[in-house]
Amino acid sequence: MSTPAKELCRLGLREAGAGVAAKAISSSELVEASLARIQATDGKLGAFLAVSADRARAAAKAADARAARGERRSELDGVPVAVKDIFVTKGVPTTAGSRILEGYLPPYDATVVERLEAAGAVIVGKLNMDEFAMGSSNENSAYRPCHNPWDLSRTPGGSSGGSAASVAAGQVHASLGTDTGGSIREPAAFCGVVGVKPTYGRVSRYGVVAFASSLDQVGPLAREVGDAALVLRTIAGHDPRDMTSSTRPVDDYLGPLEEGARGLRVGVPREWLSGGLDAGVEAAIRAALDTYRRLGATLVDVSLPHSKYGIGAYYLIAPAEASSNLARYDGVRFGLRAEGAKGLKEMYAESRERGLGAEPKRRIMLGTYALSSGYYDAYYLRAQKVRTLIRRDFDEAFRSCDVIAGPVTPSVAFRLGERTGDPLQMYLADIFTITCNLAALPGLSVPCGLEAGSGLPVGLQLVGRPFDEATLFRAARALERELGPLPAPPEP
Amino acid sequence: MALSLEEVRRIAELARLRLSEEEERTFAGQLSAILDHVRQLEELDVTAVEPMTHALAAGELPALREDAVRASLPPEEATAAAPAREGTAFKVPRIIE
Repeated sequence: MSTPAKELCRLGLREAGAGVAAKAISSSELVEASLARIQATDGKLGAFLAVSADRARAAAKAADARAARGERRSELDGVPVAVKDIFVTKGVPTTAGSRILEGYLPPYDATVVERLEAAGAVIVGKLNMDEFAMGSSNENSAYRPCHNPWDLSRTPGGSSGGSAASVAAGQVHASLGTDTGGSIREPAAFCGVVGVKPTYGRVSRYGVVAFASSLDQVGPLAREVGDAALVLRTIAGHDPRDMTSSTRPVDDYLGPLEEGARGLRVGVPREWLSGGLDAGVEAAIRAALDTYRRLGATLVDVSLPHSKYGIGAYYLIAPAEASSNLARYDGVRFGLRAEGAKGLKEMYAESRERGLGAEPKRRIMLGTYALSSGYYDAYYLRAQKVRTLIRRDFDEAFRSCDVIAGPVTPSVAFRLGERTGDPLQMYLADIFTITCNLAALPGLSVPCGLEAGSGLPVGLQLVGRPFDEATLFRAARALERELGPLPAPPEP
Repeated sequence: MALSLEEVRRIAELARLRLSEEEERTFAGQLSAILDHVRQLEELDVTAVEPMTHALAAGELPALREDAVRASLPPEEATAAAPAREGTAFKVPRIIE
């Protein structure tokens, strides 16, 4: 009995895990199929920055030994997954997509990596990303471009571009990304997979290379809603090593998954559907909303009047925090050091000049300016106050609805190179995702069809109350069940 | 609002970045455009609004842990990734001549 490798790669995460437990397939077969698929497709796709084949094979053997003894660590025991290169992995190179961390071997594992491995998941490698998670197209990776499996001339989105592309192309069964302004949901939408940005504080960030500490959050990407729910259940929960991780117990996301949309009050923010959206995206979003109505949900008109200020507030707060977080890359404790510099200050400046790309430099400059003497009140403090207004908008909206629905992005995946000359234009791609980070709320992107004409995936965004990921999963699953799975993207 | 090249150089100095002349010119233009967009926030009256200083509500935050000695990374491992070191100390260029 042997299933062709390509079919193994298309199995859902839970399906693959159940196969291992039932000894219908082995973890080694799954891992070999995943490694072969990466080998065959990644030259064109560029989803991986590093593949750890030996470590993965050893982990697969251990998983098979457990299965032979009838032991099972979790529902994802033995299943190949991959993580964005922003998570530190002990003894395995971790670059965050930057030259300044080239060759860096971390001395410890991120909590989420530990939790995945403790559950038996096999990590096959580290995924491509925009440098320090700054970007919306993966084009800021210092190493290689990443392509959208649906159309190789287009971006997979960013910054977790590799995380979305690898799952869409069937290289792995699920992945982890991070989302600071849309970096999980936008690539998930562009690549036609499910991506979740949990509530701020739901998942530990210990061992996650920091970008903007009041916004960064870790989350899963998978081809099925239930698979994403399982991964989040695995990684979520309090971690004493991260002071911002919440002590709230983690909900059972899979229990209510099939409860459907009947009785659900779905809020539709009028500001999100009033212009600025491509016609094909708008049509797909409206069709998804109609589907919810047909499934017994009630659509509720809500208003998020401060939405339009999201980009402005974000591009002060995130760069300000980044300028502080990235001060650690100075050539002293890890990473690249410019040799032969005359003094300490010169060594700092030269190391940073050589090691950092244009986007991190731009954001460090912007953040340093916004925090500099005389500007703090006008910029950072004002942005933090606007953030309060954005959060209040959501609190008010959730008085009349259970979940908010709208677009993830104004367009489908755009072409590589199309926006690299104009940073502001690139930033505007985050317009619908960014307020969710500013308000610290959970957000999810679920495929809602292919755009007529281009045939490229469109994502529906669902935003929930704080820590109410369970309702997001339930609502997303209702849509997924009704629409059926997207077809697989073409072979790269 | 246009940022002058002089301001760009001052910010780069504060941020310990060295920029080429071309980068200085590019950033002056791009940062000015971004700051113009951000200026939109000035439309809002925020005098009576509290800043959002923490993303979690007070009750959702963990308590401070006890100030007790715990195991941590051995110094040898913690300093292993340094570009230059002496024993378990980080080595940097001379600061005082």
